[in-house]
Amino acid sequence: MTFSPELEARFEKLLRTYPPGRERGAMIPMLMYAQDEVGSVSQELIEEVARRVGVTPLQVQEVISYYSMLHPTPMGKYHVQICTNISCLLWDGDKLWEQACKKLGIGHKEVTPDGRISLEEVECIGACSWAPAIQVNYDFHHFVTPEQLDRLLDSLGKKQ
Amino acid sequence: MLYNEPSPLETRILSRRFGLPDSASIDTYLRTDGYKAFLKASGMTPEQIIEELKISNLRGRGGAGFPTGMKWSFVPRQSPKPKYIVVNADESEPGTCKDRVLMEYDPHQLIEGCLIAGLAVDAHKGWIYIRGEYRYLIEVMDKALAEAYEKGWLGKNIQGTGFDFDLYTHTGAGAYECGEESALLESLEGKRGVPRIRPPFPAVVGAFQCPTVLNNVETFCAVPPIILNGGKAFADLGVPKAGGTKLTCLTGHVNRPGVYELRLGFPVMQMIEEVGGGMRNGKKLKAFIPGGSSCPLLNAAECEGATMDYDSMAARKSMLGSGGVVVMDEDTCMVKAALRIMRFYAHESCGWCIPCREGTTWLRKILIRFHEGGGVRSDIDLMADISKNMLGRTFCPLGDAAALPTISIVEKFREEFEDHLNGKPCPFEHAGQMVMA
Ligand SMILES: Cc1cc2nc3c(=O)[nH]c(=O)nc-3n(C[C@H](O)[C@H](O)[C@H](O)COP(=O)(O)O)c2cc1C
Ligand code: SF4
Ligand code: FES
Repeated sequence: MTFSPELEARFEKLLRTYPPGRERGAMIPMLMYAQDEVGSVSQELIEEVARRVGVTPLQVQEVISYYSMLHPTPMGKYHVQICTNISCLLWDGDKLWEQACKKLGIGHKEVTPDGRISLEEVECIGACSWAPAIQVNYDFHHFVTPEQLDRLLDSLGKKQ
Repeated sequence: MLYNEPSPLETRILSRRFGLPDSASIDTYLRTDGYKAFLKASGMTPEQIIEELKISNLRGRGGAGFPTGMKWSFVPRQSPKPKYIVVNADESEPGTCKDRVLMEYDPHQLIEGCLIAGLAVDAHKGWIYIRGEYRYLIEVMDKALAEAYEKGWLGKNIQGTGFDFDLYTHTGAGAYECGEESALLESLEGKRGVPRIRPPFPAVVGAFQCPTVLNNVETFCAVPPIILNGGKAFADLGVPKAGGTKLTCLTGHVNRPGVYELRLGFPVMQMIEEVGGGMRNGKKLKAFIPGGSSCPLLNAAECEGATMDYDSMAARKSMLGSGGVVVMDEDTCMVKAALRIMRFYAHESCGWCIPCREGTTWLRKILIRFHEGGGVRSDIDLMADISKNMLGRTFCPLGDAAALPTISIVEKFREEFEDHLNGKPCPFEHAGQMVMA
């Protein structure tokens, strides 16, 4: 598999980060950074990372299923994550979640037919004092109102 | 730009650089006493550094509140193995969002805290384990690390002291359980985040099987001010058995939610009324979580006279926890709150031990049924029973973290469960529609 030069540089640095013989430590960061570039943790990626950190593909597979951010199939170009945990719930985060599902006609970890937007109901994302909070890919949105969510989803549907 | 306005009632020690222009840059840091504590510590013996921490009465800010100086003293310095520093920046306890701002606005303070820990336990390498959702903070920290290397505050022979130290970021990938220290160490090694049996504790067998100092972000960030101004000055800010300040994440039904740095021992009601600007829409206080959803809840009466410190919360059979304060008003449905909290733990249980895996799942199912109006009276005691049977019977504290808030809600708000019986619709669904800020 080939990656961008930036990602290759990052991998090279990562592998030097862990004690000698402990390169397996780089596995999860490599999967995360690679997923951002190639879209999902595909079988091909699993084999590539396994080779680079010196474990079997099965050992990588076993790890992936544990972590909620590693996706075996691609999410949308814009992955909209809505927190409904306790602090956001108290500011109607659950209603934002329902609003988004209804508007897009998709549910948890589903993708719109054009592949642009996916939704995920997430646990606390560390924005509790600025609730209700959502994340689009890695970008935080704080104090989100229903109107803002509506406009945001409209714009993501069109954005290049 | 800060996410919320500071409060005049804050005591800004760890957050004193927040809001300065370019507060995350090394230039700002160096201009404002940055890395002076490291230089001072490099002239001290490890014993003196640890003694200063003990005098400071600093207790771990990740939730358990273990005395930091004592923890560092457990590391066997004479061991031939390398020793490591690990920063717990997994911040995922619901209600908690303070490590995020500490890293975003003052990343060098965290780096300096790690350097001093390295001096104290003879460690020369460390990792900052950052939850996967905080990707932008990986970039912030990587930039700060690069600046520190460039200016000679990391790497070989730091500022001519003869001390070498390397520090790296490491991303998580979405798992609350990886905030638990031994699960975090497994994850750092590239494995599933299943906890280790202890003892041995990480101080003796930690990262990559070597002695390790593992602390929360805020704990490390408190170290430079302690070394610079002396342990006593820090201790004096708090209460007799716990020194300093706590970054408090005020969340829920207050007018001014936000992260505020308050002295330990700050009165709960003053925090709600004056720091938080009072209850939203003038409603009455119903329930209060002191430090993340793993803590038992207090009712309004218990908040009177309570202060934000370990002993005051322990006296009320709760915990200071992580600093994630959740304020709930009179219109909050406590069955719904209990359900949401339990859904979280059921989702995050790693599944290793049966009381936790099965207990959280049963409780979630019962609470769903209950909230939908399908509950029966015996369910109320059943929920308390299941929770009590989880206590102390699990490998890691997640089982307790799920059981404790549930027990407190069922015991303190029993009448709300009774109000949901006999197919009645949730009495709170239409009460006081929430207004958006
Ligand atoms: C389920 C679970 C989740 C935890 N999550 C975190 C966390 O996100 N951040 C943290 O610093 N500590 C967390 N802890 C506490 C750690 O296990 C550990 O006590 C702490 O990081 C030690 O650092 P301290 O002494 O500085 O608090 C968690 C504990 C448990 C049981
Ligand atoms: S208590 Fe829960 S999270 Fe902790 S080890 Fe047991 S199953 Fe895993
Ligand atoms: S509860 Fe939603 S961000 Fe913490």
